[in-house]
Parts: sequence; structure tokens; C-alpha cells
Amino acid sequence: MMEIMEGSHAVAEAVKRCRPEVVSAYPITPQTHIVERLAEFVADGEMESDYLTVDSEFSALSACVGASAAGSRVYSSTSSQGLILMAEVCFNASGMRLPIVMSIANRALGAPLSIWNDQQDSIALRDSGWFQLYAEDVQELVDYHFLSYRVAEDHNILLPGFVCFDGFILSHTYEPVDIPEQDEVDAYLPPFNPYQKLDAQDPISMGMYATPDYYMEFRYELDRAMERASRAIEDAGQAFGEQFGRNYGSLVEEYRMDDADTALVAMGSICGTVKDAVDEMRAAGRKVGLLKLRSFRPFPKEEVAKALDGVSKVAVLEKNISPGSAMKGAVGLEFKDALWKTGIDVYSYVIGLGGRDVRKKDIAAVVDLAERGSGDMFYGLREELI
Amino acid sequence: MALNVGCAARPGRARDNKTGSWRVFRPILDAEKCKKCGLCLLICPEGCISEDDEYPRVDYEYCKGCGLCAEECPAEAIEMEQEEK
Amino acid sequence: MVDTSLELFGCGHRACGGCGPALAARLILKGAGANSIVVASTGCMEVFSTPYPETAWEVPWIHSLFENASAVASGIEASLKRQGRSEHVLCICGDGATFDIGMLCISGAFERGHDITYICYDNEAYMNTGVQRSGATPYDASTTTSPAGKESFGNKRPKKDMPQILVAHGAPYVATASVAYPNDLMQKVERAVNTPGPCYLQIHAPCSTGWGFEGGKTMEIGKLAIQTGLWVNFEMVDGEIAKAKKVVRKPVDEYLMAQKRFRHLFKPARNEEEIAKIQAIADANAAKYGIDIKPKK
Repeated sequence: MMEIMEGSHAVAEAVKRCRPEVVSAYPITPQTHIVERLAEFVADGEMESDYLTVDSEFSALSACVGASAAGSRVYSSTSSQGLILMAEVCFNASGMRLPIVMSIANRALGAPLSIWNDQQDSIALRDSGWFQLYAEDVQELVDYHFLSYRVAEDHNILLPGFVCFDGFILSHTYEPVDIPEQDEVDAYLPPFNPYQKLDAQDPISMGMYATPDYYMEFRYELDRAMERASRAIEDAGQAFGEQFGRNYGSLVEEYRMDDADTALVAMGSICGTVKDAVDEMRAAGRKVGLLKLRSFRPFPKEEVAKALDGVSKVAVLEKNISPGSAMKGAVGLEFKDALWKTGIDVYSYVIGLGGRDVRKKDIAAVVDLAERGSGDMFYGLREELI
Repeated sequence: MALNVGCAARPGRARDNKTGSWRVFRPILDAEKCKKCGLCLLICPEGCISEDDEYPRVDYEYCKGCGLCAEECPAEAIEMEQEEK
Repeated sequence: MVDTSLELFGCGHRACGGCGPALAARLILKGAGANSIVVASTGCMEVFSTPYPETAWEVPWIHSLFENASAVASGIEASLKRQGRSEHVLCICGDGATFDIGMLCISGAFERGHDITYICYDNEAYMNTGVQRSGATPYDASTTTSPAGKESFGNKRPKKDMPQILVAHGAPYVATASVAYPNDLMQKVERAVNTPGPCYLQIHAPCSTGWGFEGGKTMEIGKLAIQTGLWVNFEMVDGEIAKAKKVVRKPVDEYLMAQKRFRHLFKPARNEEEIAKIQAIADANAAKYGIDIKPKK
């Protein structure tokens, strides 16, 4: 049913309906409202879950590893410093092929300490073997949780996943959102059926070590699973559309791309601003469009190439920086690779780091820069400070 | 043979590794001295001593020749002899 | 009652001959029984028992990372509770994983009061990586990162009192044991897994390779540790000392001289001052736990 709700609380409502048996989380701004609301549900008997108030994010994800291996659907959530603290466990969880789903309230990484939004945290873990979906608004944020558990737990996939959403921007604002009923979610997301588990009736050893004779093949299998995840996300997104009327059957979303000369590329809530900016620019006669990336991992190389066919400039808005890298941001590199034989110019613009506001006029300015052939740069620096 | 998902495995394959080849000395039991107390069965770090008609029997496919059984036997019924190669 | 015929740790593992931890693993599983799930940390025992695909473990077993066994166990325990399952959840971890890198997770797990049994096999250094010093390394022991040298007598710090730290967390049952006394070890494991709440068992597991003695002497070295008072076998129940193994105490020399890691205290000459300091540690242990058998008058 349709309600106006704070983003974090909407996440909690979604997670509740996913029926995790074990919730293990550590508080960090700006995720706290999620874990607080979940604790209330447990305290009121509205969730049949064990809620572990763990000692750190590292322990939070480690407890998820244990509970998932023992046969439970699990949930955790974090941001920024917490995600990087649990980075070791992230690699471990994907290597062990455990279907854990975690909400990431995207937040900048220190130093300097910042509690405000950018996407550095999840992008820094792009090699971790977790699939990564980025929500534009609270509705997508809610829906991606159901989708992610379904994809993760598919015996053909068995990969953990991040549901990424911009901290404060989506977590702490109120939007109208349709929270599906429990029975509808149950129809879409069946009970967890582990591929394998710790069980004294049928013992196995999990997480053994691999010598050079075996290690490469394990990593290859992980990568193949991630490749299969593209199709699995599309299928799950299509099925979601059939049941709930909101279709996520593609890893990209095109907005006014049909005859665009310059394409803007972005992930997450900034897409809302970009769509408004595109409308304004179109009204002024400029042929611009937005290619929204729904999934960063797996990266939809073919869909991207198809969607951008015919444009002359691509301007990638990067809420991250990879210092010393060829294009400054991590997302642009993947686009450049997807388009490298086409002659289309791809530029990265590092924008909005640490919660710096991005406005429609900034989007228009980026388009100007791209059309002038200027890119792979920071946008919007305060010159007086440098 | 295809890999198991997530680097997992069922029990039993360790036995493929015949650690008896590591041995320099081998334990030899003097049955007359043996009191059948069962201590050597309990304390072998390999677990390769089993009961055979109440007497201990060493599985030489796995025995590493560490000598703990000989050292601890209360009846001094086990001697370590140089392995012939 | 412990079923000592239960073999849940198979042959073919790659531990050194005479390995204290290997013996500990066999005995622990006899004490815990087949209805157990084992969580291992990275370390000697994990490495010698699970090179893919050769696992020596006949019970369900999981290894995640070096430092997080107790957090993983917390999650398993919560999951089993939800599923109504009865398996014992055991962590079996080395001293490095327990005393040092795992402190955060252990403290949290014990503070939350999970129904788990944490067993530390204590070989007093990071053995798997080549005998580096840990928080469990005894005073003056020579390791590769606390070597005896022209300006050093070896490890500068006394052994961290891990059992007391966990008593302070309110653990209902905290005990120490040794592979030198296998029946006592198995009984303590059985008691720990059957005591509700977070229980801790620290097992002295001498390492012939790391300490410098012949593999066949593992139990003899363990006995000497106890007879000198440098290791005390005790049980604490709800924070009070319930039992401690009493000995007719030997001077520490006999224990120290038997191991290469203390050889620098005797060669080229006896270092009376350092040996006296180690004796003082043994004396303090004896006083604290009341282990001295009083001679009859």
C-alpha cells in the first residue's frame, strides 16, 4: 500500500517482509534509522528474527557469514567506514558463495571524516564479488531488496549483493512509496533454500584453503556466476514487473536517449536531478539524454554499448574518485571500455563528493564541458580553497 | 572433476594423503609387554592406531613416526626402529 | 560420558609428527561429540586439516577469516536457535587468533552471551606463519619476531591472562587444560559444551617445531609446564576458582632447558636473573591458584 515514509523506514519495512532469520548490524550514520526500526519490529514480535547487536561492522558481516552458512536468510546494512572495515569479510563471503544481502547507505570515506553522501564506499568494493544495484528513489530501494534476495539465493548464482542508495538523500527524506503486502512478497520470494549448509546430519567443511592448483578455478567460477547474474537480475526484474507492475528487467534505464547527441551517465539519486535537467535542456533544444546505470556489478557492457549507439559524447557523473587513475572516476573507465571501438568520446566528471550538492545548472554545465571536449576532471571545486 | 561451490568438501578425502611416507622411524609393538590400556590409541596425533582384538594396531600408511606412543606407553611396550628405505 | 572411541578427525592431515594441536583436535571432538559444528580460524590447525579437497574433519566445519571465528559462531548459534537445532557450536582457534587479532570479536560474542564454546589451542606463538610472537608467548621465549640476541632475552612481555579476561565478561565456565592430560581435557570439553552460555577453554598444545623439542616429547613437555607451575590446569565456575591441578612443584629450569626457545637462558651461561624472573612467574601462578601440594609434616 502507498504511504509517505522515510527512506530508511521503507528499507526496514522491505527487509521485514523478506523474513531474514538473523539480522546482524552495527550502527553508522546514515543507516541508523534502518537498524533502529528493525530492532523495534523484533522487540514488538513483528519479525521472527534474532537481532545481534554486534561489536563492529566486521563482526556484523562475520555473524551473517555464520548464520547464512548454517542455513538462515540474513541481513545487514552499513556505510562508508563500516563497509571498508568489513571489506575482508566481503571478499570472504563472496568466495564462500553465501547469498547475503546488505543495504549500503552510500557515504563518503574518511579521511577527512565525512558523514555525507557519495558512492566511494561501494565502488571501492567493485572487485569484491558482490553484485551492486543502485537505487534512484525510495521505491526502487524497497523493490531492489526483494529482487536481490531472489537473485542471490538462486542456486545458479549464489552471490551476495549490495543494495546501494545515497545516504541522507534517500535514507532521511520522505517519499511516497508502495510497500507490498507480506503475502505478495512471499509469492515473489520463497523461503530460503540453502545450496549447502553446516549440518551435523550431513557434515561438510566450508571455507577450505586452495593451493595454486585450485585457486584460479574457484575465482573463475565466481566470475562466471557474476556473469550469469546479469541475466538473473533481468529475469527477476521482469518477474517483479509482472507481479507488482514495476519492471526492472534491464540493468540500464534510458531517459530521452532516442536522438541524444550527448548522453549523461549516472547511478543513484542524482538521476532524479539529471532527468529534470535533461527536460530543461531538451526544452531549450539541446539533444541530451540520461543513461541510468542500475547495476554496476555486473557491468552491462552490451546494453551500454547498444543504448549509447549514435551519441557523440558521453558525460559520466562520478560520485567517486580513484586517485591516479586514467579517468579519475571508476565508472567512466568501464564505459570507455564498452565504447572503445566506436569513436564516441567518454568523459568522467568527479562531482558531489562528500555530500556537495549537485544542481540542475551543474548538470547543464557538465554537458557544456563535454561538448567542448573537456573532461576527466573534478567539477565544481571551490577555487579559493586550492 | 568439477569444483565444489565455495571451496567446500565432504569428509573423508584427507585419507587420500598417505602420510606414512614421512616416516624415518616406525613404532614396533611388543605384544607381551602390552597391557592393552588404550593410551596409545587415545594420544596418537594422527589417530592411526586402532584396536585389533584388544591390542593396538598401527596403520603404517599414515604413521609419521613421531614416537609419542613409544614415549608415553606406561608398559614401555613400543620401540622406535629406523625405517628401512 | 565421553565416548573415547569416537574418531571425528581423520588420518592424512598434514600436521608435523607429534603435533600438540593435532592431538588436541582429536581429543576435543571426542569430548564434544558428533552433534557439533566447528568454527576454525586461519592457523596451523586449519591449514594442516583442510587443503581443498582433503578435509580431515568428520563434523560440519567452517573457516571464514583469521580473526572472526567467534563472530561467525555467534551467527551460527543465532541461526540454529531460529531453526530449533541442537548442535554444539565450537570455535577452535590458535592463540594468535584468540589473544590478539580476534579480541574484538571474542569480547563481543562473550558480552552478548551466545551459547558457544570457544577453545583456544595455545602453542604460544603464530606457528603457521613461522613462529612469530603472540600475546600468548611466554616471557623470554625466543620467537622469530622476539628473538634472543645480543641485546635481547627474547619475548619481553608476560603471557596475557586470557582466561581471566573472559571470566570478567561473565563467562559461566572458563578452564585450562593440556594435551598432556587427555582425559581431563576431554571431560572439560564435554562440560564446556554442555554449559549454557559462552564458555572458554584454553588448551596447552606444545609445538615441537616452534618450541624446539622432539615430536615424541609433546606430552612430557606439557607435563613439565604444569609441574613447574608455568601452566596451571584449572576450572573457574561463575567467576570463582573451582578446581586447580595440584603438583609437587619442580623448579622452572627442567622445563626451560628442554626447549630450544629458552636455550639462550642457559648458553653460553646460565642467566640467573632471567631464570629467576620466570621462576617468579611460576611462583605467582602457584600462589594464585593454590597448586602447591603441601609436604606432610
